[in-house]
Amino acid sequence: MNLSKILKNTFLVILLSMVVSACATKKTAIIDSQIQGDVYTGTDTVEYLAKGVPDRVFFATNESILTTMSRDTLRKQAAWLRDNPSVNVVLEGHADERGTREYNLALGERRANAAKDYLMTYGVSADRISVISYGKERPVDSGSNPLSWSKNRRAVTVKAN
Amino acid sequence: MKKIKLILNTILILFVSISKSYSLVEVDITRGNLNPLPIAVSPLFQDNNSNTFFEKELEIKDIGSEISKVIENNLKQSGLFNPLSKDAFLQKPDIAHLKPRFEDWALIKSQALITGKVTAVNEKLKVEFRLWDVLAGREMLALAFTTVPSNWRRVGHIITDKVYQRLTGEKGYFDTRIIYVSEEGPKIKRIKKLAIMDQDGFNTKYLTLGNELVLTPRFNPTNQMVTYLSYFRNLPRVYLLDIETGIQEVVGDFPGMTFAPRFSPDGKKIIMSFAKDGNSDIYTMDIENRIVEKITNHPSIDTSPSYSPDGKFITFNSDRSGYQQIYVMKSDGSDVKRISFGKGLYGTPVWSPRGDLIAFTKLHKGKFYIGVMRVDGKGERLLTENYYQEAPSWAPNGRVLIFYRETKSNDKGEGFSAKLWSIDLTGYNERMVVTETDASDPSWSSLLSN
Repeated sequence: MNLSKILKNTFLVILLSMVVSACATKKTAIIDSQIQGDVYTGTDTVEYLAKGVPDRVFFATNESILTTMSRDTLRKQAAWLRDNPSVNVVLEGHADERGTREYNLALGERRANAAKDYLMTYGVSADRISVISYGKERPVDSGSNPLSWSKNRRAVTVKAN
Repeated sequence: MKKIKLILNTILILFVSISKSYSLVEVDITRGNLNPLPIAVSPLFQDNNSNTFFEKELEIKDIGSEISKVIENNLKQSGLFNPLSKDAFLQKPDIAHLKPRFEDWALIKSQALITGKVTAVNEKLKVEFRLWDVLAGREMLALAFTTVPSNWRRVGHIITDKVYQRLTGEKGYFDTRIIYVSEEGPKIKRIKKLAIMDQDGFNTKYLTLGNELVLTPRFNPTNQMVTYLSYFRNLPRVYLLDIETGIQEVVGDFPGMTFAPRFSPDGKKIIMSFAKDGNSDIYTMDIENRIVEKITNHPSIDTSPSYSPDGKFITFNSDRSGYQQIYVMKSDGSDVKRISFGKGLYGTPVWSPRGDLIAFTKLHKGKFYIGVMRVDGKGERLLTENYYQEAPSWAPNGRVLIFYRETKSNDKGEGFSAKLWSIDLTGYNERMVVTETDASDPSWSSLLSN
């Protein structure tokens, strides 16, 4: 193989990869605006405990780590709960459908507790918060795609009274 | 629920004659079903009086023929046998049962033949059957049963078990049932009920009404108790249900979610996970004296426990390495060893009733697999790959696995279904197990009669 042929092949490959990446960028652009680092950042399914107090936080696949945005949401919830001392809440932990049922039950419990712990560090008493895991049993979005799954990996704070 | 009759009232074994050795007919079940054995199942013969009696009693015409259909279907589903079309049969059922003309059966390429006779005896159903080796021209097995007429399908299953055992050398799995979760409604508001059916999909009964979420029912291997997870009063707890009496109760007094229950092989304990403060550990509770023991103590998720058949070991699922993997430990919780080291995540380990293998679910690169590995983690074999499937449960003879499979939804959430499937340990004979509704979380019972 002579040099010019190699160069020509390389050029073709580069051209091809440019086309491919262009397509990929266009397709993922919409999702990217709502998912950051595998965590849902949109507002599609979010409800509000009060004005400016979102009811849920989202997680990356298989994770229960709270993101910066989640911590911000939970601080707002904690402030609202401190202002409304008669309200008790249930923290519902959920997983997406891409995991075994039993592990997901445990994962949902772990997520709900991550949120509960954070509320407690911001002054909400443990006896006001109960926890329940639904695993993958109660999705909010029934699609089978990364965006749907990201909306389902969540911990939702629900008024209990 | 009371109506579920579990014990064949009377099984009278009138005579057994098993001819040993030099038989030509045998089935090798350690390999795939590439050459299923051609077998002829002659309709069971019945006299006119018996026919009239059973037609009145059961509202079924020709019960003998119906029982033979049960047998035929079982044999076919096993993948090891090829039941031949009855249209080709040259000999009448009554004569065939007395003395088959082996040339006639060999002519249609049948290697084995089942014949039988049904009679009404004191308002009971008496069934005789014989298994013949067509090529050797001799009887291999002859048995008779007497039972209440309503048990007629079970008679068909028991006959299949006897035939399977005689021809393969291993116990059958036909006189068994499957407990599972029946599913209906949209994905975001799924209604789930406990359901039970015969292994062949008949006699479906619903054990709960669907008012609360129920998951993961499992049979006690020694009796007719079931353990499962119920969200009754929105408190997810492990329950114990007696399917004969319908009586159910919460297992233990845990201040949080208990889940992933299974019985110990002697049926005396329940092993399960208890989740608290974001950590799931494995516990056992003795059903008799209610003593609770903590088996694992680790700040990770420990779940899906399953005992070895001798009760000395437990396999379970843990993410203590960072991701879901399969572990084995002694039944007191000591000597924990990770056994899954392949690529991907591993879940739902279940110990084979034969003791030599652990079946599991594996997730790798967006695909789900059902597989088996030896108990030391070596010799991993993936039996089936799909978009989503999990939770294998072993047939009591350890030759077949049942699991559930879900289909992908489109972006509107349409196209979703959940169905039960079974597959041979060889990886052959994958088939859907037909259920009245969508279904998940199957658990296979032990043989009901032995």
